[in-house]
Amino acid sequence: MEQNIVLEMRDISKNFTGVRALSHVDFTLRKGEIHALMGENGAGKSTLIKVLTGVHEFESGSIHMNGENKDIINNSPQEAQANGISTVYQEVNLCPNLTVAENLFIGREPRNKAGMISWKEMNARSAKLLESLNINVPSTQMLDECSVAIQQMIAIARAVDMKCKVLILDEPTSSLDDEEVEKLFVLMRRLRGEGVGIIFVTHFLEQVYAVCDRITVLRNGELVGEYETKDLPRVMLVAKMMGKDFDDLADIKGDHKDKKVFSDTPVIEAKGIGHKGTIKPFDLKINKGEVIGLTGLLGSGRSELVRSIYGADKADSGTLKVNGKEVKIGSPLDAMKLGMAYLPEDRKAEGIIADLSVRENIIIAMQAKKGMFHPMSRKEMEEAADKYIDMLQIKTASRETPIKSLSGGNQQKVILGRWLLTNPEYLILDEPTRGIDIGTKTEIQKIVLDLADQGMAVTFISSEVEEMLRTCSRMAVLRDGEKVGELEESELSQSNIMKAIAGGDDKNE
Amino acid sequence: MNNSKLKKITHARLFLPIVCLIAVLLINVIKTPDFFNITIRNGVLYGYVIDVINRASELVILAVGMTLVTAASGGQDISVGAVMAVAAAVCCQILSGGASSVTAYQNSIILAVVAALLASALCGAFNGLLVAKLNIQPMVATLILYTAGRGIAQLVTNGQITYIRVPSFQMAGGYIGKSPVPTPVLFAIVTVVIVALILKKTALGLYIESVGINGKAARLVGLNSTMIKFLTYVICGALAGIAGLVASSRIYSADANNIGLNLEMDAILAVALGGNFLGGGKFSLIGSVIGAYTIQALTTTLYAMNVKADQLPVYKAIVVIIIVTLQSDVFKKFVESHRSKKVSVAAEGGQK
Repeated sequence: MEQNIVLEMRDISKNFTGVRALSHVDFTLRKGEIHALMGENGAGKSTLIKVLTGVHEFESGSIHMNGENKDIINNSPQEAQANGISTVYQEVNLCPNLTVAENLFIGREPRNKAGMISWKEMNARSAKLLESLNINVPSTQMLDECSVAIQQMIAIARAVDMKCKVLILDEPTSSLDDEEVEKLFVLMRRLRGEGVGIIFVTHFLEQVYAVCDRITVLRNGELVGEYETKDLPRVMLVAKMMGKDFDDLADIKGDHKDKKVFSDTPVIEAKGIGHKGTIKPFDLKINKGEVIGLTGLLGSGRSELVRSIYGADKADSGTLKVNGKEVKIGSPLDAMKLGMAYLPEDRKAEGIIADLSVRENIIIAMQAKKGMFHPMSRKEMEEAADKYIDMLQIKTASRETPIKSLSGGNQQKVILGRWLLTNPEYLILDEPTRGIDIGTKTEIQKIVLDLADQGMAVTFISSEVEEMLRTCSRMAVLRDGEKVGELEESELSQSNIMKAIAGGDDKNE
Repeated sequence: MNNSKLKKITHARLFLPIVCLIAVLLINVIKTPDFFNITIRNGVLYGYVIDVINRASELVILAVGMTLVTAASGGQDISVGAVMAVAAAVCCQILSGGASSVTAYQNSIILAVVAALLASALCGAFNGLLVAKLNIQPMVATLILYTAGRGIAQLVTNGQITYIRVPSFQMAGGYIGKSPVPTPVLFAIVTVVIVALILKKTALGLYIESVGINGKAARLVGLNSTMIKFLTYVICGALAGIAGLVASSRIYSADANNIGLNLEMDAILAVALGGNFLGGGKFSLIGSVIGAYTIQALTTTLYAMNVKADQLPVYKAIVVIIIVTLQSDVFKKFVESHRSKKVSVAAEGGQK
């Protein structure tokens, strides 16, 4: 057994109401290493972290620390902290209205003899700590006046000062710019030098190769393997993360390649549609049987564009034609009556109606379309629910199970079923595969292509370029709330898309 | 086998509300052995139970409206007591034609009732406008009429108590013809049945639950969240109007200061006792009705045990604390973990 192992997780299993989230996963962290935990959404990374930090209980397995043969079970994040395991989350868990020093010492403020907080000592110790970690910020500054990067570092400093042996960084870089990321890396390397074991969760491949020593890959709740970073080329890492499904994915478009002939009138024709503050006026045509992708960085206006068509954010300029006829859309219901359907980006906040059953979640849109005074009979509802549970292979205990107890992928299928039931002509899918296991992802992509074959017009939004390439026949590119161009099928390639998203390329229509 | 059946029963939504009601009734039987005795005196039913059912009528009607408002908006309408007073004032003032005491209707009773219900529905619409359209918190929005409502009622009656000393006016709070059943009970039953039918025969129930659980999602599937919330407040107002007329008929007058006083709190409590989550979402109408009868049974019990009216709230509070604790998730979890421990100990014992 290696001497310098600081954390050892063996054979960890965890179920969520019948769904296996972790299955016999091992994880080993050594002193003074930066260890990347990789995997697609739903692979079990965050579950593993939460099991380790005591947020979740686990069913079987053991956690050892410092090579001692003693089981450690953390029942709460506080207990984990006491055991030397600290976590810094993507969203900083600090108090923005307190000073840097107060944040560093909150809950363990230095006291003077009278039992009062000794501000002098606190500020002095803070200054010393910040200096030792090379963080350039006065300890009396308010936290919300610091940049996000500094806030991250302060969170790390707090962990360091609490003598943590294991530091977990959960997607710390997603809101940082390159320079800030580099600063964070400097700090991480320092801590590594001091013998702290760092678990680094990220989805940026470059960062993994820039700073990590080892990589552990999870897929579908199972351990794929642990590798030395230098032994694992990037392509191999991606293949391991995606698994054997990788090949399946590559050619699902194959059977659908036969070219369609588009009729003259597009299903949707937007001219100068826009919504103040979110999306500048744009033109867009969508034909029958066509899957058009919207691509762009987060916040580039992809969702806002479709929302303005669907009436979720009422358009305040321009005209919209549906099947050649000019229409006015004031609310989602208007859009639904014209044959539109919109699967929203945020499944939890805008998609599912958590406490209602799968059946009710499936029929709700159809029922809303029919109107209050034309209720569907129990039998109609059950038939509709069963049809889509069967067709989309939704894994649920029964049709009366509350949707909230289904896994993310199955919830998404329920919502897809909800919209298919309304028999739409134009289907908008906003990030339909986010946070969904890879198997379901492929299924959803196939369904989309099938629907298009049957003549449905589809708009597909995804952050994953590969996924867009597999499903879309045309793409619109957005940047900073503006539609800046379109890519025809022949132009679709990863590099073209990247170029278009990044800008500086004159492909503007 | 037996165990799972038992579990099914104890986990049913209405299990605890019903248990609470039974518990209150049991205490009654022990303390007052003739509690369940029903006799016929002067041609009408008479007894403690009848009294409970009769007195609970206004509360039941209010609880129905409160349930819908709670489910759709995740908040409560605390103005219902005051709205009762408004409806009573409007009705009596029209009937008396401005005089402070009359022995014959000065205007058509139909006109008076319709006007009263319109006035109360209007109050509900005002609340609904504030909550649904302007997004003001329900508690704050309805606080306006909670404080102003009785003032409005006083304005309507010119600050006097208007008496309608006409026998037919007292029928709503007393008895119709030779019917042995008190009329308020009939009002309560008809109200519950009509609302239940509306919920069953239209999709309103599903709409209300959807809006209450996730307003954003409800909007995107084509529901008009604003309209649905607004509608529940209008219904709640109109139902408060009906309750107000019944209460007014009981005392054949419009007493703006006392009609429906503090009844809004009982109505909210009824909703909670019925196992409904006050944060909105899924609801059970019948649960609230059971809750309303539980509260009235409790009140009547305490009176029967010679508790003075001004001490009543203390005892009521104690019982409510017990009931609410029994229904809380924390307590349920505690019981469950206790039970599973027992089971596992028993299993280990079996293995030995």
